[in-house]
Amino acid sequence: MKIVVCIKQVPDTNEVKLDPVTNTLIREGVPSIINHDDKSGIEAALILKEKFGGTVTVVCMGPPQADLALREALAMGCDEAYLVSAREFGGSDTWATASIISAALKKIGYDLIITGRQAIDGDTAQVGPQIAETLGIPQVSYAEEIYDIEDGNKVIVKRQFEDRYHIIEVKMPCLLTALAELATPRYMHAGGIIDAYQMEVKALGYEDLKDLLVLEHIGLKGSPTNVFKSFTKQAKGKGTLHKELSPDEAVEIIMAKLEERHII
Amino acid sequence: MDFKLNKTHLLQQEMFRRFAENEVKPLAEEMDETEIYNRELLAKMHKVGLMGIPYSKEYGGVGGDYLGYALAMEEISKHDGSSGITISVHTSLACSCVDGFGTEEQKQMWLRPMVDGSKTGCFGLTEPNAGTDAAGQQTKALLDGDHYIINGTKIFTTNSGFADTFVMFAMTDKSVGTKGISCFVMDRNTPGLVVGPNIKRMGIRAASNCEVSYQNVRIPVTQRIGKEGEGFKIAMKALDGGRIGIAAQSVGIAQGALNEAIKYVKERKQFGKRISSFQNTQFKIAELQTHIDAARLMTWRAAVSKDNHENFGQNAAMAKLFASVMVNDVCRDAVQLMGGYGYCREYPVERALRDAKITEIYEGTSEAMKMVIAGSMKIF
Repeated sequence: MKIVVCIKQVPDTNEVKLDPVTNTLIREGVPSIINHDDKSGIEAALILKEKFGGTVTVVCMGPPQADLALREALAMGCDEAYLVSAREFGGSDTWATASIISAALKKIGYDLIITGRQAIDGDTAQVGPQIAETLGIPQVSYAEEIYDIEDGNKVIVKRQFEDRYHIIEVKMPCLLTALAELATPRYMHAGGIIDAYQMEVKALGYEDLKDLLVLEHIGLKGSPTNVFKSFTKQAKGKGTLHKELSPDEAVEIIMAKLEERHII
Repeated sequence: MDFKLNKTHLLQQEMFRRFAENEVKPLAEEMDETEIYNRELLAKMHKVGLMGIPYSKEYGGVGGDYLGYALAMEEISKHDGSSGITISVHTSLACSCVDGFGTEEQKQMWLRPMVDGSKTGCFGLTEPNAGTDAAGQQTKALLDGDHYIINGTKIFTTNSGFADTFVMFAMTDKSVGTKGISCFVMDRNTPGLVVGPNIKRMGIRAASNCEVSYQNVRIPVTQRIGKEGEGFKIAMKALDGGRIGIAAQSVGIAQGALNEAIKYVKERKQFGKRISSFQNTQFKIAELQTHIDAARLMTWRAAVSKDNHENFGQNAAMAKLFASVMVNDVCRDAVQLMGGYGYCREYPVERALRDAKITEIYEGTSEAMKMVIAGSMKIF
């Protein structure tokens, strides 16, 4: 079983600065980490490998410094790592990113693909599902627990919903998007770190993937999403505190406020 | 000369830092209060490789070096000096004796489980009447056919409360002084090995430190490490390396205390201002950080000289001498910067100050360090 985990390197803070011209994130000077949900995906993959055998491959699309995220994944116990990186890929939106990663996945091969639910820098939760659609394989998003792998080709997954959960049996090859609840990531092993820097992080650039890509559909120019405006959200003002009211008085005040704001 | 850590060391440092913040820091205060080392934490340290850093992968170790080990000691000790010494005694004392002087069979049998994460080691040299004067050993090992019979008492054996593997020293020939000491390794369950209660201490209270008595302990000669009479040399060699660990522990305790004080002075207001805005505070912090960094550089130099198989004894002794004095000064000043709150157990600098003192005493007192340094300088 070949498990491939797609990870993203993200800035280690919600207080990121934006480039005023392109309205994209300024990454320089901000410490980078593996996105939390993705790291849970790595852990889930490593647990599956320990239980059922197989290999865990980790894939990251990003600038050359994303190498660090891949080394960390290797130090956790992943077997091989690919850095998908090229000038042509820069500025890609989720759709373009998904087509590039899908192209890489076709080259690498897979039985089970795990992505994080969403990245803390974009919060779109789109890339995982878009990869599945691009590859034409079934997907289970918001995976909270992986129960079993049956007959070597079916995954039994618990999918989180707002008010319920679903237990789904899905045929491989398929894609899961992992919630942080899926697994608590292990630490890197001190010796794993030494191994990680002795292993090769394989590079997949534009030249390697171009037979599977349309240049006009990738990168900043090929992305259908245009960021109209990015801005830091203003914090809401302090609320009004009404103390020591009877339930009837409280209801009256709330109803009056709702009417005042034309909510009801 | 390059003062930058390489990528491997940087990522190791990051991993040690995360582990220390998430796993060690939350338990440190409670372990100090209860004077009991958390065994789950010990198991976790084994699992991530913290107990086998400078040992070969061939024996199940991390395959790292003493610089990496010093980085680990610093990061862990920033939050808990007790965890630091637990790692240090196991790594640079117990494991190093077997690694440096054991036969291949002995390494497979005794070193492998200690560095692959399954067993914890301790080191018994000090006796009630033999501290710095290690030649005053009263514990005896008498040869009886192909066995030794060991009798005597060791004191201040760190890790002995829970260690699985005991590396210890005993006189095989009293008439030749230090040349009559031999090194032995044995399992905790060896009949006659009796571990006493934990000794109440001022600092590093969570570490296990007990009296261990050996009452007619009978072990085969295959459990002697090195040649008969080589024990003193083995112990001194181990302690040379151990001092790098204690220097790094001192740097960690000091940096941890200063970090706490910095956090505090940025919040605390007096006379209508944050106390960090006073020049006295700024100058004091600048001075403390400079001293910590000087100790760190000395520690790293000692570690790198050991990794390069150079004669590192003097470097290690100087690093330990300087760092252990430094950590006491820094912790005292960190408490002072925090005033009355610094003196309260609620803040970790109080514990840091108590933990700091031992660094001037164990694995060779500051006075013994001066003996080593002057000896290396051939000042007779």
